[in-house]
This record gives sequence, C-alpha cells and structure tokens, in this order.
Amino acid sequence: MRATWAIYRRELGHYFVSPIAYIVGGIFLLLAGYFFNGITVFMVNAGLQASQFGQPVDVPGLIVRNFFEIMGTLTLFLVPMLTMGVFAEEKKRGTIELLMTSPIREVELVLGKFLATLTFYAVLLIPTLAYLVFLYRYSEPRPGWKLLLAGYAGVLLLAAALIALGVFLSSLTENQIVAAVLTFGVFLILWVLDIGSRDSDTGLSGLLRQLSVLRHYEDFTMGVVDLAGLVYFLSFAVFMVFLTLRSLDSMRWRGA
Amino acid sequence: MIEVENLTKVYGNLTAVDRISFRVNRGEILGFLGPNGAGKTTTMRILAGYLPATSGTARIAGYDVAEQSMEVRRRVGYLPEVPPLYPDMTVEGYLDFVARLKRVPAAQRRARVEAAMELARVADRRRELIRRLSRGYRQRVGLAQAIVHDPDVLILDEPTAGLDPRQIVEVRQLIRSLAGNHTVVLSTHILPEVSMTCTRVVIINRGRVVAEDTPENLTLQLRGAERLRMLVRGPEADLRRLLQSLDGIRPVSITPVDGGQRLSVVVEMAGRSDLRPVLASRLVQNGFELYELRSERMSLEEVFVQLTTEEPVEAAGRRA
Repeated sequence: MRATWAIYRRELGHYFVSPIAYIVGGIFLLLAGYFFNGITVFMVNAGLQASQFGQPVDVPGLIVRNFFEIMGTLTLFLVPMLTMGVFAEEKKRGTIELLMTSPIREVELVLGKFLATLTFYAVLLIPTLAYLVFLYRYSEPRPGWKLLLAGYAGVLLLAAALIALGVFLSSLTENQIVAAVLTFGVFLILWVLDIGSRDSDTGLSGLLRQLSVLRHYEDFTMGVVDLAGLVYFLSFAVFMVFLTLRSLDSMRWRGA
Repeated sequence: MIEVENLTKVYGNLTAVDRISFRVNRGEILGFLGPNGAGKTTTMRILAGYLPATSGTARIAGYDVAEQSMEVRRRVGYLPEVPPLYPDMTVEGYLDFVARLKRVPAAQRRARVEAAMELARVADRRRELIRRLSRGYRQRVGLAQAIVHDPDVLILDEPTAGLDPRQIVEVRQLIRSLAGNHTVVLSTHILPEVSMTCTRVVIINRGRVVAEDTPENLTLQLRGAERLRMLVRGPEADLRRLLQSLDGIRPVSITPVDGGQRLSVVVEMAGRSDLRPVLASRLVQNGFELYELRSERMSLEEVFVQLTTEEPVEAAGRRA
C-alpha cells in the first residue's frame, strides 16, 4: 500500500500542476453553475404557475434532481479528459518502464492512479456544494438531506465507474486523443443502452435496462440509494481495474 | 552477480534474442556492444524485469528474474534508452518519488536522494523542473534515478546517447566511479566507449553473442596474432631469410619504399609474448638498419566491424 500512496501522491500532484486539468475543471464548474442557475430560474417559474392552479410542487426537490442529472452528463464529458493521459502519457514518455521495473505490484500502480483521479474529480465537486448551501439558505421547504447525499453518492459512483473505464482504455494506447475518444464513445453507448428497450418487455431489453448506466444513475438522482445501483457501479469499476491489469500484463508480453 | 543462460525472446516470428549466455562478476562493468536492432535493449529489459523471456533463465544476485521478479527489481537500477522522467516534477521531487517506488525505507529516503544527487552531480538544480533541464542534466537525473536505492546491479541502456562530447566524458567518469560498489551492464553502439569504460565486452549481433572477452583480448583473439610494422634498410633476400628463421614470427609483406632505399616490412607475431626486443636485436646484429618498429594493434572498431560482418557470411555458408 505504500507504493499505492507514492503513485497517488504523484498523480494527484500532476493534476494540480497540469494546465489541462485546470481548463477542464474550470469549464466543468462554469457549466455546472450555468445549468444550476438555468434550472433554478426555470423551476421557480414553473412552480409558481403550478401553484396558481392549486397544485403544490416540490420546487427545491426538482431543482436538486435536475441538477444531478446535468452533473451526470457533465461527468460524461469531463472524465475522459482526466483519464486520457493516465497510462497513455506514461507509455509515450517511457516512464512506464520505470513504473514496471520498480518493486511494486501492478494492482498498487493501477489503484494509486485510479484513486488519484477520483480524488481530483471529488475536489472539482466541492465548489458545487455552494449552490446547494444557497438552496438550503433560501428555499422553502428545504430539500431533503437524503436527496443531496444520494445525489453526491450517485455522481461519485458514476465517476468511479467512468474513471476506471477511462484508465483501462488509456492503458491500451499511447495516444491520449485515442484514449479520450474511446472512453467517451464507450461510455455514451453504455449511457443510452436502454433507449430502445424502454417500452419493450423481452428478456433482452430487461438485460439492457440493467446494464444501462443512466438507469442506475437516475435512481440516485431521485434520492434512492439502491443496492443494485451500488453493486452495479462498484463491480463495473472493479472489472475495469481487472481489465487494466490484464492490459498491462499483455503489454509486457508484447514488449510494446 | 548476473548469470544469463540461453536467454531467448521471440516477438511473433522475429527472434530478437537468440540463446544468449553470459556472466558478470561483482564490481565489473560489462559492455554490451552491437549495432542497432541487435537485441541489446531487449536483453536489458528482460534483466530489469520489464519483459519476460520466451525461454532461458537470467539470475541477478541469485534471484531468478522471472520467478522472483520483486527481489530482482529491488536490487536493480535501470536506465532505459529514454530516461524515464516526469517533466512537471522537480529533480528532488522526482528522485523522492522514485525512492518511494523502489521501497527505500522512509528513514533513509532523504539521505539516499541526497547521495544520488551528489553522485550524479545534479544537486545544484534540485528545485528545477525537469522540463527546464538540458539534455545532459536529464541524462544525469536518469542516472540518479537508477542509483537512488543503492542497487547491486545497474543496467544502463545507451547511457551516453545524444550527449555532447563533454557530457559523454562526464557520464563515463560517473559510470566508472560507480563500478566496484555496483555491478554495471551498459549497452552501446559506440566502440570507443567500450574500451574506455568497460572491463569486459560482450559483442552481440542479430540476437546472438558473437564474442566475449576483455577489450584487449578481443583484439588479440580475433587475429590470433599481433602485427608489427617496420622500416628497415638492407638486402631484401637476406631479410626474408632472417625473418623466416625466427621462431614465432611470420613475414607478411616486404615492400621497397623511398625509391628502393628502404623496406617497409609487416610481420605477425603468432604468440602473445612480445618479440619486439628480440626482433630488433637480431636485425641490428645482422647488419640491418632499423628505422622504425611499431605494433599495429587492431582497434576494437575493426574487431567490431569484422565480427559483425563476418557473421552473416558464416551463417550463409553453414546453411549451404
């Protein structure tokens, strides 16, 4: 675990001195703020109209739910840019030879990198807490704590799965752009996997629904911490870490 | 310290390393000499634990490279052809990171990083980002990285490639100063490097060991004899008779020079004993005037060219 810590420290330090991470993070926060503002304005107006017809609407709850849905989409765009270089850059620079001839196990290496990227992502989420503090301060009724916690749990789990996938795809190439595009493409497919199966009831569409990232993520945005979702995201991440280990191993044999 | 036996690496249908065997004793500097694509880098990567071999064994400090990879990696410092540097780190931060990777105990880490910086003479740039360093400094940081955990064995792939002549001299001095405490294997395709730094040479071509010896012996071994060139004045027929009567000396050519005034003579000494004093005194005793007598030791460069160009011819002959 000491080696994991060493890798983690370096990797996280790398994000904090890398211009790409700042640009990507900045745009992410700008968009998050923009959407939060848009959603709030829209929901408040819609809520006012609805209450005129005597139908009380849980406006704060809707804002939170929509906000986390948008965060999921933004994460989909953000993570490939954070993970694209994780292994691809090491391969290109030749530093992979240092890592793989050091007395550390590959799982320590992969975990260190995975956790560092997840940490950097979590750091990017911190400023978004301000929006919710704002919501808490001024909204009536206040949104439930559970909704917020489930939302953040969901978005972190989603990011964990996506980061693990991105790390794996980054280990397949030494071209960062290829890694980013692959990651984005594969995750988009997983995201919309259940689109054709929503109104059908066959076994296949049931399976596709279970595999769809969006479906599991939606549970969290609605304030439900679903065990199936938890298992889905965690096993997804573990499987991707496993694939990364296989990929590093095969790289040794191929001598690439 | 290093024992390599029948090491083979096959990529698809290309045999990069073909049944290589050699040994390196503690404190030696072994030069790995061969043209590009000879299998030097592949062999070194196997020794460093980066690549697994297809067959054969390699042991470092008694540990098998494949079976006890972690033990081997603790004891090996490896400098790949391209130094594995992180441009966004400072020299000191980078070496600290490598020391952690190499599992240097926390209590010794500072001292080891300090010692490596002193040895590689990069301490004056410790807070500089690696990205801002010159090529020579980067190479030295690469060397510092290889020695930061005080390994028994150093594996250096082309440590002087791409450096200017002054930097090359510095790096060679550094490598020589490391021998003794460390066992060094270095690869190069530059011949003078081997005779200047190494105590022993393995010449490798197309994945096979072509020759292995000290730089001096290789020169002798190849010819089986040392050549002498002389400038003599006297009758040619008498000279020929005299040379043929001497044991261990074989005349190769006698050519008149200076308009027939003097003779340029080339002879070969068959054994390893130096017959120059005998030759000189016999010539003078028999009334010849001796103007010049010098040894024509074949440079390693010639050895190398000869070894690596003869090999395919020989192989073709065997096949036919």
